[in-house]
Amino acid sequence: MGTADVEAVWRIESARIVAALTRFTGDFGLAEDAAQEAVAEALVSWPLDSPVNPAGWLMATARRRAIDAIRRRTALQDRYALLAAESPVESAVDEEIDPDRIDDDVLALMFVSCHPVLSPEARVALTLRVVGGLSSEEIARAFLVSVPTVQARITRGKKTIAAAGVPFELPPAAERRERLSGVLSVLYVIFTEGSTATSGDRLLRPDLAYEAIRLTRTLAALQPDEPEVHGLLALCELTAARFPARTGPDGSPVLLDEQDRRRWDFSAIHRGLAALAKASTRGLGPYGLQAAIAATHASAPSVEATDWDRIVVLYEALGRIAPSPVVELNRAVAVAMASGPAQALAIVDELIASDRLPGSHLVPSVRGELLARLGRRPEARAELELAARLCANQRERSVLLRKAATLS
Amino acid sequence: MPKYLLIMRGTDESNAAMMADIDEMMATTRQFIEEMVKAGVLLAAEGLDDPGQGVVVDFSGEAPVVTDGPYGETKELFGGFFLLDVASKQEAVEWAKRVPAAPGSKIEVRRVPGSDEVPQVDK
Repeated sequence: MGTADVEAVWRIESARIVAALTRFTGDFGLAEDAAQEAVAEALVSWPLDSPVNPAGWLMATARRRAIDAIRRRTALQDRYALLAAESPVESAVDEEIDPDRIDDDVLALMFVSCHPVLSPEARVALTLRVVGGLSSEEIARAFLVSVPTVQARITRGKKTIAAAGVPFELPPAAERRERLSGVLSVLYVIFTEGSTATSGDRLLRPDLAYEAIRLTRTLAALQPDEPEVHGLLALCELTAARFPARTGPDGSPVLLDEQDRRRWDFSAIHRGLAALAKASTRGLGPYGLQAAIAATHASAPSVEATDWDRIVVLYEALGRIAPSPVVELNRAVAVAMASGPAQALAIVDELIASDRLPGSHLVPSVRGELLARLGRRPEARAELELAARLCANQRERSVLLRKAATLS
Repeated sequence: MPKYLLIMRGTDESNAAMMADIDEMMATTRQFIEEMVKAGVLLAAEGLDDPGQGVVVDFSGEAPVVTDGPYGETKELFGGFFLLDVASKQEAVEWAKRVPAAPGSKIEVRRVPGSDEVPQVDK
């Protein structure tokens, strides 16, 4: 077995192993360390002698490493006495995993990794590493940060969890909804970084978007009665469906109105619409509404034939339940398509007057487009140039500059 | 992301072994499917009916010719599939190893290219 084979097994087993070990030891940080030691050992020993049952091997080794660590901790003597009384570690490890319990444990692991005491960066890093089974190297590559930075975020995160005494359990009913929306927002942050990289020379990071979709599918399987989980899944699937059309042969961004819709991934659209149907059972939440907007685009044969009135209504609903300047800006774009650029410009100017999106390249880039459509070319050009200066993604920046140049 | 199709290829013997304890087979398969759903990787899974019930549409002549199954000489017959959305070929293979397949059967792992891999013409 090679490195890629070890990684493949780890991807499948990571969440279950860390979850079971956290349940077993009561210590999330220790469980994660022990699991990482087991993978490191597998990377060395499997190429020489691959085990018959790789998943069982990983679990048994991780469990042994956890016990070693506990033995070294004098403060945990009591718990050690408890463990030592149990059957030898080498015995059937499957017995340690209660199939009815493991689902709740994996879910608890997601809640711990996305706990509000953690910094946003730590939540993302822990979720990808612990639940997703990604290595620090993979996470570093995905977010364009150094490996030590990722490792530091994970170490700090584990210390924070321990210091705050976060229990390994599902959140109590009163907090459940809020904590779930915390998990969803971490998954959405991972997805959006994959679907529109905030920096760097590539527009899309499909691998990262894929991780978010995979984790959201897991969450949907474990929390099938939560409409917003299906709403987020629908949003991700429908957005990712457009990826094949979103970049040209040279990697430059292709905007919605210029995309070759035949390149959209129709099976992803189909999955997205199915998830949206599940999300719609009790009225749509913020993710469900965004998914409904994406679905309206996905079902339209062209920009002209899109039901823009429906999109305006959906943005209005979204603005009511989850008001944000970005939603307002998107509503302006939809209004421009439904009723013309003059009305849309009024919305954008109101946003600027209230200074609710300072420093964002999105405001001047939308304003520039609207001014161009109104024939106010010099103003439009100045706005687009401003947008280019504010934009951190090189690919998007060059598109803005190209557009500005056509207005001179 | 590439997807992978796990193609179940059974023989008469492995199919017979599977049918001998169909309840057990159904239960383990259902459990396996659930595991893949919870891992967030399963997109579709289907099992096919007895090949004797199938027909073959043959395009060798001018007009398509329809004949009743089974297919004749083939030893291993396509009996079902799992469509997976995984991060790597190795992961697809790892899942394939876990399929509760009857002794004597085979699983073929084939990559499904994404629509982003269709070459684009520069306009």
